Amino acid sequence: MLRQASSQAQTGEWAVEAKDLVKDFGETKAVDGVSLAVPTGSIYGLLGPNGAGKTTTLRILLGIIDPSSGTRSVLGRSRPLDAAPEVGYLPEERGLYPAMHCRDAIAFMGALRGLSLSEGRRRADVLLRDHGLGEWARKPIRNLSKGMAQTVQLLGTIVHRPRLIVLDEPFAGLDAINQARLEELIRKEARNGVTVIFSTHVIAHAERLCERIAIVAKGKVVFEGAVDEARATLRPIVRLRTRSEGGPWRQAFPANARRENGLWVFELPESGPEPLLKALIDGGAGIETLAIERPGLHDAFVAIAGDKAAAEMVEGAPQ
Amino acid sequence: MRHLLRSAFVIGRRDFTSTVFSKAFIFFLIGPLFPVLLGGVFGGIGARVASQAEQPRVAVVASHPDYARLESARSQLHEALDDRPVVDLVEVAPEGDVQRQTQALLASKERSVVAVLTGGLANPHLTGSIEPDGMIAGQMNLLLSAARATPAETASVQVTPTERSTGSVNRSRSITAQAGQFLLFFLTLILGTMTLSQLIEEKSNKVIEVLAAAVPIEAIFLGKLFAMLVTSIVGIAVWTLAGAAAVSALSAGGTSILASPAVGTAPFMVLCVLYFGMNYLLLGSVFLSIGAQASTAREVQVLSMPVTFAQVLIFGFAAISIGAPDTPLAILGAVFPLSSPLVMVARAAERPELWPHLLALGWQALWVGLIVVASARLFRRTVLKSGPVRRSWWRRAAA
Repeated sequence: MLRQASSQAQTGEWAVEAKDLVKDFGETKAVDGVSLAVPTGSIYGLLGPNGAGKTTTLRILLGIIDPSSGTRSVLGRSRPLDAAPEVGYLPEERGLYPAMHCRDAIAFMGALRGLSLSEGRRRADVLLRDHGLGEWARKPIRNLSKGMAQTVQLLGTIVHRPRLIVLDEPFAGLDAINQARLEELIRKEARNGVTVIFSTHVIAHAERLCERIAIVAKGKVVFEGAVDEARATLRPIVRLRTRSEGGPWRQAFPANARRENGLWVFELPESGPEPLLKALIDGGAGIETLAIERPGLHDAFVAIAGDKAAAEMVEGAPQ
Repeated sequence: MRHLLRSAFVIGRRDFTSTVFSKAFIFFLIGPLFPVLLGGVFGGIGARVASQAEQPRVAVVASHPDYARLESARSQLHEALDDRPVVDLVEVAPEGDVQRQTQALLASKERSVVAVLTGGLANPHLTGSIEPDGMIAGQMNLLLSAARATPAETASVQVTPTERSTGSVNRSRSITAQAGQFLLFFLTLILGTMTLSQLIEEKSNKVIEVLAAAVPIEAIFLGKLFAMLVTSIVGIAVWTLAGAAAVSALSAGGTSILASPAVGTAPFMVLCVLYFGMNYLLLGSVFLSIGAQASTAREVQVLSMPVTFAQVLIFGFAAISIGAPDTPLAILGAVFPLSSPLVMVARAAERPELWPHLLALGWQALWVGLIVVASARLFRRTVLKSGPVRRSWWRRAAA
């Protein structure tokens, strides 16, 4: 995977690459050998429970902190700050100057990334209007609600039209409507060829948005690849209700098949659905209902990261 | 480098506008007015109290002609001593019992005298709670000698005034050097400690994360330093204009005691501005670095006292160079980066050569850069926890 990543980076296919990143905070190893590769123009999710090392990984990738060891490259540059004008970043702990007016705050964040102040203000006015905050343009941040302030900061993250957007827990603190808006904004940016990386401990967002994910647990990447690849780590689940209670058709079930609310539940055997169906029909099982379900990302997460990490994800989810 | 300077400009511009266009800046501008007003009020009261305390009163029990001669001598002495305290004389007509009259005068609350002179000019005798060879007795001896002398015995020295002498020029230039040093110290003292709290706002608002992801930490430090420098120059410009207006309205010739500096008045003014900038940037970068380690306003307040003491120490060290700018200690003060601007501004008042100033300004600028780079590294390592963990030598030894 990483060998492939290296060759793709040379052709500009990887927006971000990291190899064997390690970050020690004294005795604590926050990031422990993280390697990942983010394809250009993709939506990439960093999944993991709180304290898994997602934020530290993002901070290393952005050059806010240097790793204890390992290498990283952002938009083809080994020093992430060299790519700063083409990167937008929304930190987990949102930060704005309370006395600044909304349009000035957005323009300032653009200016930090190389945009002129006048152009930044012009774009800020448009962005604020498009996101229903036009009347707040010349009002100080301190007068805004938390959700509105978060939207202003997000607009500041994209005002300079970056090629790479990094969002750390972007959905935290947003209501359902604003979460949907943010999801649409992420999709829109990706449609325009922008690479979006976001961290989350809510699997549903990653499942709806991401093409690729990295599952992080205890500072390590335990899975990295396409969402479908994560799902493919599990067999499809069969849910079956029969009129007959038993018969030779039962031999077609795997050994770990179980009963749940009157249904037979088991993983689809590797031989596929045809032999199972044949055995059920020939054996006179009397099929009442039969569903073959593709496993969700949550099931894959449980299988990959373990029950404990999955429980923390659910518990940690503010939504 | 271009990215660094551009980023510093963006940070500095934000800081400058947010400071200068805030209501608090008005208080900053009128701030120096309070010590001036308080100084005026308390100075006036203090002067009155001091004049009462420093001018002991002596009752002269003598005939009027004797008293008149003594009073005339006192006026001459007072004039010669340039308004320094001289004993105050009170005329008292002699009564029958001199001893009793003396005791009554010493006990009188109305007269409030420290001593009583009896016996006239012919046979003077001083009684009171004074030292026989103290200041009051000494002054009374001078007054009596002058009062008893005939006009023929009075010496009158012939004076031929000249434009200047080495001694007078050196003395005046020392005063100029002292004034320059004090001005630099005072302005930096006011403004330098403000840099301590410069990063608190970003740390408490979590904006530091946004800044650190976009620009080098060095740019944040440089931007903040220059924003404060320009803010302080705005303040100083306002204070200078207000001060000049006040001086021209209230008095004349207040700065006439300051001799023309050795490098010339115009170069001296330019050097004063440059050395103020350097002094501010040097101390400000150190304070910014110290303040960046603090996480709360309380910690900054705790830090500000030792920092102020350190400034006073540096000022004291730099003051050694006044009057002796070529001594090894003065040269050491010029080389030590934190005292260099103070020492060199004094040198500009006392020595005409300009090249040492070019050298010193370059040296100081180099140190500003070094301190900013070191501060940024320290900030990254200790506050952002960036880079490999370095174990202290004792931990390495223990391992």
